[in-house]
Amino acid sequence: MRYLPLTDTDRAEMLAAIGAGDIKELYKDVPADVLLDQPVDLPFHAGELEVERQMAALAAENVSAGSVPFFLGAGAYRHHTPATVDHLIQRSEFLTSYTPYQPEISQGTLQALFEFQTQVALLTGMDVANASMYDGATACAEAAMMACRVTRRNRVVLSGGLHPHYREVTQTNARFMGLTIDALPANAEGGENLSEHLDDETACVVVQNPDFFGQVEELSVLADACHAAGALLVVVVTEIVSLGAVEAPGNMGADIVAAEGQSLGNPMGFGGPHVGLFAVRERFLRQMPGRLAGETVDVDGRRGWVLTLSTREQHIRREKATSNICTNSGLCALAFTIHLSLLGEAGFTKLAALNHAAAVTLAGKLAAVPDVEIVNDAYFNEFTVRLPKSAAQVVDALADRHILAGVPVSRLIPDDPAVDQLLLVAATETARPSDMDAFVSALAGVL
Amino acid sequence: MANSIPDTITGHRGLQLEEPLIFEQDAPGRTAVDLPEVPEIESRLGNAARKGEIGLPGLAEPQVVRHYLRISQKNYAIDAGMYPLGSCTMKHNPRLNEKMARLPGFADIHPLQPEKTVQGALAMIDLCAEWLKVLTGMPAVAMSPAAGAHGELTGLMTIRAALEDRGDARKRVLVPESAHGTNPASAHMCGYKVEAVPANEAGRVDLAVLKERLGDDVAAIMITNPNTCGLFEDEIVEISAAVHAVGGFVYCDGANFNAIVGRVRPGDLGIDSMHLNLHKTFSTPHGGGGPGAGPVVLSEALAPFMPLPYVMHGPDGFQLAEHAGQTDAKPYGRMKGFHGQAGVFVRALSYMLSMGADGLRQASADAVLSANYLAARLNDLLTQSYPGPCMHEVLFDDHFLRNTDVTTLDFAKAMIDEGVHPMTMYFPLVVHGALLMEPTETESRESLEQYIALVRGLTERAKAGEAASFHDAPKYAPRRRLDETKAARNPVLRWQPPIDQAAE
Repeated sequence: MRYLPLTDTDRAEMLAAIGAGDIKELYKDVPADVLLDQPVDLPFHAGELEVERQMAALAAENVSAGSVPFFLGAGAYRHHTPATVDHLIQRSEFLTSYTPYQPEISQGTLQALFEFQTQVALLTGMDVANASMYDGATACAEAAMMACRVTRRNRVVLSGGLHPHYREVTQTNARFMGLTIDALPANAEGGENLSEHLDDETACVVVQNPDFFGQVEELSVLADACHAAGALLVVVVTEIVSLGAVEAPGNMGADIVAAEGQSLGNPMGFGGPHVGLFAVRERFLRQMPGRLAGETVDVDGRRGWVLTLSTREQHIRREKATSNICTNSGLCALAFTIHLSLLGEAGFTKLAALNHAAAVTLAGKLAAVPDVEIVNDAYFNEFTVRLPKSAAQVVDALADRHILAGVPVSRLIPDDPAVDQLLLVAATETARPSDMDAFVSALAGVL
Repeated sequence: MANSIPDTITGHRGLQLEEPLIFEQDAPGRTAVDLPEVPEIESRLGNAARKGEIGLPGLAEPQVVRHYLRISQKNYAIDAGMYPLGSCTMKHNPRLNEKMARLPGFADIHPLQPEKTVQGALAMIDLCAEWLKVLTGMPAVAMSPAAGAHGELTGLMTIRAALEDRGDARKRVLVPESAHGTNPASAHMCGYKVEAVPANEAGRVDLAVLKERLGDDVAAIMITNPNTCGLFEDEIVEISAAVHAVGGFVYCDGANFNAIVGRVRPGDLGIDSMHLNLHKTFSTPHGGGGPGAGPVVLSEALAPFMPLPYVMHGPDGFQLAEHAGQTDAKPYGRMKGFHGQAGVFVRALSYMLSMGADGLRQASADAVLSANYLAARLNDLLTQSYPGPCMHEVLFDDHFLRNTDVTTLDFAKAMIDEGVHPMTMYFPLVVHGALLMEPTETESRESLEQYIALVRGLTERAKAGEAASFHDAPKYAPRRRLDETKAARNPVLRWQPPIDQAAE
């Protein structure tokens, strides 16, 4: 077996050195009646070629996004990732290292995390960012719980424009923590007045920008209202590329930003692993969950980095920790930071502009289809379309025509007749004019 | 400034290349990505358009490649050498797993594509789940948790949901003192009061004390088996029975499942719920801290409360249950966006198919054999904390360093100079100055012998009074000991432009 270096001779000699007759003696603490004598009922080992064939056969049963015109978003986006990113993250030193608990021999990971934290802080317009969370949805839940710790209040208001998965994860966590969630109804038309829902028990308002339906808002007035009520403003961003064109949440008064970073460096990968981004105002630093890389010097006075402020964390503080998170999304964060380093200011803002232009172009083409209406007035690279019939049926019919048209809102918000005909459509830099034309003409054909 | 080293002009030392931050290599306008011109459009950003600059540095591709290559060379890695971090299971990460995860049919698919366009991905998750269920002897598995701690939380929430469903709200969760810190943190996040259970002299849960602490307000015990002392909880069946007798559930931290895969099924031990660290037991890479995956296996009693989403077998193929209304069960909620760490499942499944039922069973045996071999070859010099065979890791305490003026930390730092990653230090907390060594099954005999020689050699040096050399260590790493107090007292958590530049 190719992953097992010990030979039978090694095993025999090692057992002899231990003074054991056979391997069973080493399992003597296991009750005899539960120790299996035989392998379990699963196939035996296989060579690379056989495994590759089996896995490739499963992969071949999926329609990959690159093989068809593709317009899905709703929290996971298809972007082009430079070849350099995947090459670098597969370097053994990054891929096969552990959490940097021994900083003298982990400076590579630590420096990359320090740079990642800086980039996330810059993008979001916040003071500090952590070294990543599992994904955007769990980051959102952590942000709500953190706001309750900071304000010592228990009520959380969730905008109806929050991604339904983010809402559900936050509600799930809140229920067990004994927090009160006031989740406003989803409403693609906008017009939600979150300020009306503030009271003196409110720890925070959680708002997504661009929101689940693609709508982009200026949030300063909401931020002021939150602060006047003694509450925090949590801003969620599910498409991080938007921050190359849309004002940073920190510049609009956000106190905590919880975001999904998949768009930079990471494949959609059927939904994971992705990378949660988490950034806060400096005064809330000690209530922040997750790992932090910090700058210091070694005994020779040379600059270096360590994991720091770990008295917030579970391995020191146990049940009093700010979170139970340990393993995070380190390698996805590395992919994110490398992609952003490649882009730089000029590349990132241009990428955002290309995304916006693609969406505006596609929206124009779709709006020309009879009975199709674009719902949003302001958006980035994703918008909501009202169709004259069930969006789920349209998506299904278009999939049969080899077009992945978007996400029917009913997929995430079931049993609500008001959203039945709404389709979320995203267009990134990967959408070609010919893809858009194929989509538009096929759509006209199925309506 | 602080980066300068006196002995070379450049600051480099041969192949050890100093590398500034990307932010210190900025030339405005430069980029490593060539993008087409942006078409003329009418902006639809409304009043939310970004007004100022972000402040990202501009570099060209060769500079970016060199930057990350240089900093990568400052990392130790399992591909470079033995990484005996107890409880962390740093085993070989097969490259086949990486190749499979990058097949476009897995990497380039969206989680919300129509189900008929992702049947292979759903089949992959289902097959991965099937292997995990058979290996653990459990009837159900929640695949969505993102990591071990997330799995713990999922398992406890499932337990609480099941208890509440029978109108039996409980208050306490019992956690052994030797548990990972994530255990009490997860129990707290689930709304429970955490109560510690001491270990007995043999390093196991003290069954008598446990029974005293049990009562009808105990929701669960969180037990780690094999435990963090590297020992099998030999009274696990009795522990499970005692907890069940008061109506509680048994949660098992499965971080150490790698010792017993294919040899013991947790389902046979009375365990109701257990997470599996796919990034430990099933060889997916740690990536400098993640991502992982922490699927949670569940007993019949808990299965109906499993969180969404999950894969179901439908009349026309695989389906996803994404909403409560799609199933007769009583899912308590959702833990994560989309459907879990699909890319990690691909890697773990590739590993399981490669190893097979026979190979997984052999891997557990080799892991246990290697740990016991370290114990046998070291315990005349070091002080093994508990006698008798260990499982996949062996625990020593620092009594062997008494009167040497060398601490566990010093010992670890000296190992760095010898080219080996240190073992886990100061954990578990139940012994003094713990040194927890986990060789895993993927170390060769030669590698084990080198490690033994190194640990013996350092121990002899310590006992010979050469403490000063330990205090100086590491001398040959990219950095020497770093000032962690300074880092925490005056946190610098991001790069800031120099003052004169910021004023421009």
